Amino acid sequence: MSDLAIRVENLGKEYRIGGKRERYKALRDTIADSVAAPLRRIGKLLRGQAAGAADMDEVIWSLRNVSFEVKRGDVVGVIGRNGAGKSTLLKVLSRITEPTEGYADIYGRVGSLLEVGTGFHPELTGHENIYLNGAILGMKRGEIDRKYDEIVTFAEVEKFIDTPVKHFSSGMYLRLAFAVAAHMEPDILLVDEVLAVGDAAFQKKCLGKMGEVAKEGRTVLFVSHNMGAIANLCHNALLLNDGQITHTGPSAEVISQYLDMITERDSGEVLLVRTPNDAYFTRVAILEATGQITQSIEVMSDFKIHFEYEIMRPIAGLEVSFSLFDRYGSIIFYTGLSKSKTVRNLDHEPGHYIVEVHIPKNFLAPGIYSIAIALHQPNIRFFDQRDHVIGFSVVETGSEDYKYAGQGLGSILVQFDWTVQKSYGKN
Amino acid sequence: MSIQDQTIQDNTNAKTNVVGAFDMPHIRIQPSRGWVSLRLREVWEYRELLYFLTWRDIKVRYKQTVLGAAWAIIQPFFTMVVFSLFFGNLAKIPSDGIPYPIFSYAALVPWTFFANSLTNSSNSLVQSANLITKIYFPRLTMPFATVLSGIVDFVLAFAVLIAMMLFYNITPTTNVIWLPLFLLLALATSLGVGLWLSAMNVQFRDVRYVVPFLTQFWMFATPIAYPSSLLQEPWHTLYGINPMVGVVEGFRWALLSTNTAPGPIILVSSLAALVILISGAYYFRRMEKTFADVV
Repeated sequence: MSDLAIRVENLGKEYRIGGKRERYKALRDTIADSVAAPLRRIGKLLRGQAAGAADMDEVIWSLRNVSFEVKRGDVVGVIGRNGAGKSTLLKVLSRITEPTEGYADIYGRVGSLLEVGTGFHPELTGHENIYLNGAILGMKRGEIDRKYDEIVTFAEVEKFIDTPVKHFSSGMYLRLAFAVAAHMEPDILLVDEVLAVGDAAFQKKCLGKMGEVAKEGRTVLFVSHNMGAIANLCHNALLLNDGQITHTGPSAEVISQYLDMITERDSGEVLLVRTPNDAYFTRVAILEATGQITQSIEVMSDFKIHFEYEIMRPIAGLEVSFSLFDRYGSIIFYTGLSKSKTVRNLDHEPGHYIVEVHIPKNFLAPGIYSIAIALHQPNIRFFDQRDHVIGFSVVETGSEDYKYAGQGLGSILVQFDWTVQKSYGKN
Repeated sequence: MSIQDQTIQDNTNAKTNVVGAFDMPHIRIQPSRGWVSLRLREVWEYRELLYFLTWRDIKVRYKQTVLGAAWAIIQPFFTMVVFSLFFGNLAKIPSDGIPYPIFSYAALVPWTFFANSLTNSSNSLVQSANLITKIYFPRLTMPFATVLSGIVDFVLAFAVLIAMMLFYNITPTTNVIWLPLFLLLALATSLGVGLWLSAMNVQFRDVRYVVPFLTQFWMFATPIAYPSSLLQEPWHTLYGINPMVGVVEGFRWALLSTNTAPGPIILVSSLAALVILISGAYYFRRMEKTFADVV
């Protein structure tokens, strides 16, 4: 019992969403309703039911029948697609929202970090925000006093500590916010995708700190889309799909299950929902050299990665980029339109654009890959960014390397010029 | 041999016990049904958060204003001027034998505290939606902190009241020792109403439109511009059902020694305030589980 940190039994969380179909109503009904409905609602309100519970019949189970155990000191990654219930799980475990069924036993003080800088007030100085944010995160005043210097040093904001944080650069703001959170000392730490913000240096720093926390023997539940981070930080992982746990086990295993899953799901084509931004992706596809949509490519044939995106207003210097990841979530390469040999002008007028990237044969080793795509003005802003948006596999169809069955080849197939000379020198 | 075994076993037992004592706090997270406990102990454990939230509200309130904390005085003071002009001078409303300006100002000080607390606390949860959806803490601290932070404004407005007493040459009698009690009553009423309104506001943004109307209505239902002595018994005592009647009359009695000795009326007001506070707290706790999903 005492080596258990979290035990979750049949946990479920139901959300109600609007969308009950109403039959045609006469004006008279509408008027009668407009009088009666508020009264009904007030009645319900006094009985303590959620607003308009009965008016909204459609329910989604964001989590259902979730059961697992986490041992003390274990670092567990939680992975799954968007909307799989990862964040809901953390919200339930950190008591932000109540489960609808089942229960969870938590042994120890919980610290949750679902967002960096929760409760920061722009008008207050860095110094003041450290104390306010610390208190919100559940730290005692004495604890903050002790950690204060460490926090300031970690955040690298010594000079600006008495400046209202609204004058901070976004990098400084993030560093300070993370620094406070990183110095909590709960027994159990619940971390959501907080590292998805900030620049590379910041992410590296955060991951470094997370690694330290993990080594200190604390129990950590870590949600991320960054498979590399999960693989490096977590011993074990859970895979959530549509609110249910589909796999648990050592993180490397679960990650490859996840990547299999997202590849399986993809038919070689993904249509994307538009975002409110001025530039957004609408479609991504993997095409054979003939233009046929596919999700498995023969290692000995060329193929194309096909993007379509929509531009709503003229944007100068728009970079269209993608990164390729292997099945463990490690990045293999990053490239973008600006690196193209043929395209010179990155300015975009409003309209629909189609971009195709030609990938030569015998370049990727057999294996499973996934792609992240982004539309951005480098160092200015991101318009659209989709991680692991599509997956595909490169299959062995009798290349010279068939005998290795795709094992131990890495991800890139190379052909270099080698020279071999027999040496006649002394022994 | 068996004795030794025994001791060894005892030792292990002791050890497990020690581990148990050192053991982490255990919480069970499960759906709550029906009326739930107020968990006031937890609010007490989070008293530092309460302190910091109150402190933040105070600190931030008059940032980027030109007149700053002077607003705390301007509001009740100019209301008093207007009241004195129209109700005191023109309508000649009686004021229990006290100069009308100080008669109305002594009521406006606790009233302004109440009205501002009401407005601010009813918005407290909605304004902190980002906190509520991202972190756990006893939600009760939120409206509580807003009400507490109003005390600073109250103190400033009260300083003006003291100045006015000096000006009108009014020396308080020993009644003044009861003043904290009336302040407490005002605090309890504000918090009680604040709890009801803030919890409702999460789901029904109608509250936002109700509050200005409610405070205005409530102000005229409270003897601020007129004395409660206009009412005959038993109506006078029943009038105390509005807890702010007790507060206002209490303030006047404690500071200005009006002859309306607040006996039964205070009792009725305290009782009413207690009912509002306790029912508000239970209603709040009951709705609390839906806050993060709905806000």
